Amino acid sequence: MLNRIIHTLEKIGFGWLTPVIRLCAGQAPKEQLPLIAKGILVPILSVVLFCLVWAAAAPKVQTNIGTVPGPGEVFSQAGQLWEDHKEHRERRAQHAERQAELQVRFEERFPDREWTPRPFTGSPSYMDQIVVSLKTVFAGFLIASFVAIPIGILCGMSSTVYAGLNPIIQILKPVSPLAWLPIVMILVAALYNPANPMFERAFLSSAIVVALCSLWPTLINTAIGVSSVDKDHLNVAKVLKLGPATRIWKIILPSSLPYIFTGLRLSLGVGWMVLIAAEMLAQNPGLGKFIWDMYQSSSSSTLAYIMVAVITIGIIGFALDRLMLTLQNLVSFEEKPG
Amino acid sequence: MTEYKKPFLELSQMRKVYETPKGPAVILDDFNLKVYKGEFITFIGHSGCGKSTALTMIAGLNSISGGVAILDGKEITGPAPDRGVVFQSPCLLPWMTAYDNVMLGAKQVYFHGTRQQRREIVEYFLTQVGLKDAMHKRAADLSQGMRQRCGIARAFALNPKMLLLDEPFGMLDQLTKYELQEVLIDLWSRDQKTAVMVTHDVDEAIYLSDRVVMLTNGPAAKVGDVLEIDFERPRSRLSIMKEKRYYEYREHLISFLENCESEKANIARKSNSEPSSPRQGGSFFNRITRRNREKPVAVNA
Repeated sequence: MLNRIIHTLEKIGFGWLTPVIRLCAGQAPKEQLPLIAKGILVPILSVVLFCLVWAAAAPKVQTNIGTVPGPGEVFSQAGQLWEDHKEHRERRAQHAERQAELQVRFEERFPDREWTPRPFTGSPSYMDQIVVSLKTVFAGFLIASFVAIPIGILCGMSSTVYAGLNPIIQILKPVSPLAWLPIVMILVAALYNPANPMFERAFLSSAIVVALCSLWPTLINTAIGVSSVDKDHLNVAKVLKLGPATRIWKIILPSSLPYIFTGLRLSLGVGWMVLIAAEMLAQNPGLGKFIWDMYQSSSSSTLAYIMVAVITIGIIGFALDRLMLTLQNLVSFEEKPG
Repeated sequence: MTEYKKPFLELSQMRKVYETPKGPAVILDDFNLKVYKGEFITFIGHSGCGKSTALTMIAGLNSISGGVAILDGKEITGPAPDRGVVFQSPCLLPWMTAYDNVMLGAKQVYFHGTRQQRREIVEYFLTQVGLKDAMHKRAADLSQGMRQRCGIARAFALNPKMLLLDEPFGMLDQLTKYELQEVLIDLWSRDQKTAVMVTHDVDEAIYLSDRVVMLTNGPAAKVGDVLEIDFERPRSRLSIMKEKRYYEYREHLISFLENCESEKANIARKSNSEPSSPRQGGSFFNRITRRNREKPVAVNA
C-alpha cells in the first residue's frame, strides 16, 4: 500500500514527498531526515534567499514609473488581483440575476416577442484571462498534435516521405512566432466569416500560431520513434501478415508512444512560451494581453502586475510540464530484464 | 525400401549473397535439403556460419538470392502465418499481455472463426505451455523463460504448416531450457508439425531431432553432413543418455564441428599468406612482398 502511494507519487513527479511519507509511516526515520532536508528544505531556503536578494536589490532601481517592486509588493498585488476577481464574479452574478428578472417582466408584458439577454460588458478578470490562455494553448496544442503525429508516422515509416519533407521541416522549424503571426492574422481575417463566428478571431490566430511553432518537436519525435521501432517487432508483423492499419495501431503506435509523448511534452512547453507573444500581438484576451495592457497603462503598479503575470506564467508552465511528464510516465512501458 | 516420398520442404541450390562495398559476400551457396512432413530437423554449425540466415530465408524474412525454396508445392516468396516463427528473443510486444500477443496472430489466422473459438484456441495453447495463470500479465512483466513459452504458444496457435525456431532456448538457463524442450516436443508430437530449428547445442539437437543437418563454415556455407537420430519417440532424456548410440551421435557431431574449425583456421592461414589482390603477377613490389611472406609458411609446412 505504502509502496503503491510512493510509486504513484514518483510517477507524477512528486518523488520529493517520498521521505515525508516514509517518515510518517515510521520507516527508517533517521535516513529520511537528510532526504527531507535535501528534497524540501534546501529548495525552500533557496527560494527564500532569492526573495531576500530581490527585496534588497529592487528598491535601488529607479524607473520612470517608480521603483522596481519587491516580492512583498508583488504578493500584495496578486492578492489585489484575486480580490478583483471575486468582485468581478459578484458583479457578473448580479448581472445575471438582473437579466433573469428583466426576462420575466419582459415575457409578462410581450408574450409574443423573443427575449434577447444583454451580455455582461465588464472587462475580464485576471482569472478569466488565465482560463482564456489555457484554452488557447490547448487549442493550438491539439491542432499541432493532429497535424504532427500523422505526418510524423508517415515520415518514420517511409524514408522517401521523410527525405521529401525534411527540408520543409528544417526551414519552417526555427521561424519565430512573431514572424508567423502577421501572416496568420491576415489569413484568418481573409477566411473568417464574421456573420457566423465559431471562434474569436484573435483566439484563432493565437491558437494557429501556437500550433505552427509547437508542432515540430512532436513531428520529429514521432518520426524518430516510428523509425526506431524494434526490428523484431516488425518481423512479428511480417510473419503474421498484419495489415497496415493493425500494424500501425498494434505495433508502431504503442512502441513509439514514449517518443511521441516526449515530443508532446516539448511541444506544450514551446506552445506555452509562444502563446504569450502571440496573445500580445493578436490581442487575445489572455495573459499576454494582460501584460501588454499593463505595459500600455504605465501606472505605478504596472511592474508589480507584470511580475505577478510572469510568476503565474512560470507556475502554469511548470504545472503543464508536470502534467505531460505524468502522462509520459503512464504510457511508457519498462521492459524488465530477464 | 526406397519408396518415393514427396518432400514437404525442398531447398535446392539456395544461395544468399549480400552486396557489400568490398564486393559480394556469399553467405550460403548450393544449399540443398529435403524435409519430409512431420520431421524435426535441426541445423547445427558454428556461430556466424549462416544457419540463422537459412532459417530466416525459409521464414521469408530474408530474400533468397538464388535457387528455390518450395514449401508444400509452393515457392516461398515472403513471410506468411503458415510458417510459425519462434525467435531467439521471444519478440513479444511488451505492452500487451501474453494473451493479447497470442491473440494478435490468432486473429489473423482464424479471422473466419467466432470470438469464442479464437479465445479457446489462445487459452488452449497458453495452458499447454504452462502460462495458464500468467496469461493476463503484460509481456514486459514476464520472466525470460515465460516469454519464450508465450513465443512458442504464439507460433503453435497460428496452426502453421511448419515451425521455424531460431535458437529459441539460447538465452535461457539449463533447467528452463530442459523444461521448454519438453513443452516444445510435447506440442510438436501432438500437432504433427514439421519443424526446423537452429541450435548450437549438440545435446539439444540429438534430443529433439529426427535428423541433424550440419552446416559447413561460412563463407558460402552448405550442408556438410546429415545425421539421422533414430531413437524412438517419445524419448526420455535420461534413457537415451544411457545408450551407446547417444555418444556415437555426439562424437559424430562434435568431430564435424571441430573439423570445420580446423579447416577455417587453415583457410585463414592461407589467406594470410597470399596477397589480397587476386591478380597474378602484379607490380614488382607485390611480387617482392609475396615472396617474403611465403617463407615462414613454407617453414611451417
